[in-house]
Amino acid sequence: MNPAFVTAYTATTAVGAGRDAMRDALLARRSGLRVNDFADAPVPGFVGRVAGVEDAALPAALAGFDCRNHRLAWLGLHQDGFADAVVAARARLGAARIAVIVGTSTSGILTTELGYRNRDPATGALPPFVRYAGTHNFAALARFLRAALALEGPTAAISTACSSSAKVFAAAQRWLAAGVCDAALVAGVDSLCGTTLHGFNALQLVSRAPCRPFDVARDGLSLGEGAGFALLERAPAGVRRLALAGYGESADAHHMSAPHPDGLGARLAMSAALERAGLPPAAIGYVCAHGTATRNNDAVEARAIARVVGDRTSIASVKGALGHTLGAAGIASAVAALLSIEHGFVPGTANTTAVDPECGAAVQLEPVARRIDAVLVNALGFGGNNASLVFANLR
Amino acid sequence: MIRVALTSIGFAAPGLRDWPAARAVLAGTVPYVRTPLEARIPEALPAAERRRAGAVTRLAVAVAQEAAAHTDGATLATVFASADGDGETVHQICTSLASSAPEISPTRFHNSVQNAASGYWSIAMQSHAPTTTLNGLDGMLAAALLEAAVQVATEAREVMVVAYDLPVPAPLHALHPVDDGAGVALVLAPEGAPRRLATLEITLGTGAETRMDAPALEMLRRANPALRALPLLRAVASGEGAAVALPRDDGGALLVTVDADGDAR
Repeated sequence: MNPAFVTAYTATTAVGAGRDAMRDALLARRSGLRVNDFADAPVPGFVGRVAGVEDAALPAALAGFDCRNHRLAWLGLHQDGFADAVVAARARLGAARIAVIVGTSTSGILTTELGYRNRDPATGALPPFVRYAGTHNFAALARFLRAALALEGPTAAISTACSSSAKVFAAAQRWLAAGVCDAALVAGVDSLCGTTLHGFNALQLVSRAPCRPFDVARDGLSLGEGAGFALLERAPAGVRRLALAGYGESADAHHMSAPHPDGLGARLAMSAALERAGLPPAAIGYVCAHGTATRNNDAVEARAIARVVGDRTSIASVKGALGHTLGAAGIASAVAALLSIEHGFVPGTANTTAVDPECGAAVQLEPVARRIDAVLVNALGFGGNNASLVFANLR
Repeated sequence: MIRVALTSIGFAAPGLRDWPAARAVLAGTVPYVRTPLEARIPEALPAAERRRAGAVTRLAVAVAQEAAAHTDGATLATVFASADGDGETVHQICTSLASSAPEISPTRFHNSVQNAASGYWSIAMQSHAPTTTLNGLDGMLAAALLEAAVQVATEAREVMVVAYDLPVPAPLHALHPVDDGAGVALVLAPEGAPRRLATLEITLGTGAETRMDAPALEMLRRANPALRALPLLRAVASGEGAAVALPRDDGGALLVTVDADGDAR
């Protein structure tokens, strides 16, 4: 396929705001997880809460979008000069030629949850701070970014649980190839809320300790929140030749919340991504795995990776550092992949100390400096929805 | 500009139980008589999944299986779309979270994801084909049609749009008052596909959305985001074709020129 060049990118997660914070954390094997201190959903366990979200006030013109998810988006948008890069692209290409493609699994649902605690005692109505198009709806993020950056291109709001913000890259590549737009702002933003904290708790998938991807003693995930952004174009800008080289999408067709036992869907997604990239498995420097640290996911995913990419290619998961950022997980891993290509390293897998033999020998515990030309990224979600991406340095 | 073939349609709305019923009314051969939305059984879902799935998923699967009846559901890529997802489930979860003892059942939690219908459909069809789920408020139908057409054009494969919404309970209902449940499924294929109903030429544009002439059908069009498809479906049903404008959430329009050149009507 035609590559989609990444001309700007950034992420804000529990390890900090912007690219340098993530690079430093991945190189230091530092975890941003903390004992759950999220007052709106006090379930036991650790969370990857982003510091300063509450204080990231929106300008008055965007007040109708005010909610935790959009405050997180606003904070993330202004790291690494990303918003400025979009404004420059707007001047170059025209506002109508820049598409906005977003992924989120819960949008501003926290605000709706808070609204349910503050219903009008007489009528049962929700308070006015719950806004349908501004906070509640799953497409609110697309509207918010369009308004914040004065973009006028077409929008898409993808919500496929934990694969949402990997699929935004696939959609953007297609839109660029079909001429629907000349640049695509892709985003993944998800924030802590009661629905997911209590929901995963009910599924008994939340660890009481900081999550340990691929560890023999792993016992569940830690939820996180994050905001990631990338600008994709048909041609590279400047010296940077980072690109989405391939994508693959599939469905497990097995179970709504458990992976296919043989990782069939994950294998199909990875194989399709490699095929579109025109790369043999040996070209992959490492796999940035979904690696949630649940018993089931990691064993199934590691086996699937071994079958598609081989059992000697390094596997890393950023979930130990960031937590599982759900609808932002795909783009958080994508940013990790882009950083590792740009700076030449394989991230370590934070919190993990003893790799589960069932997950193979290739799990990268300690970060290592090494030239990386291509990374395969996995994002596997509820509903059996899988997406894999290949990012590469196209010299 | 993207050209794709429209090869099959699934439909459900109050008084219009399936596509043959809707086609007759939209072609003007039968008057529209409003009756409550008929609950159709999504036979494609295995019994266990049928019990677990929410009402909105059952509706989506019912129209999807109608549209996919003559194609291979196991290889068909899909683009699901709704404005409100499973509002009943969201309401139950938010109500529980507001109580003194929040509790979410595992089934309720996995039904709360926007891609629940897409996941259940994949299981029903034993399909590993790519499937996505979009939103876009009242412009969700246009968003899904655009994404599906782009997939057809760039990946040269069949893609089905499944757009659906059900009324949500109070107090959510006041945020977005949808009073009629409805679903529309459209199977798109590469241009020139045999046994097509029509060829669609799709471009981004601006301008007012196309309305229905008959007041009762115009009311229906506005009653559910999925029914923004009615002008397009009328152009197919009448056999006359038309240029229609569908509302997009970003303020623009999706311009669809319907060339009713098919032989499968």
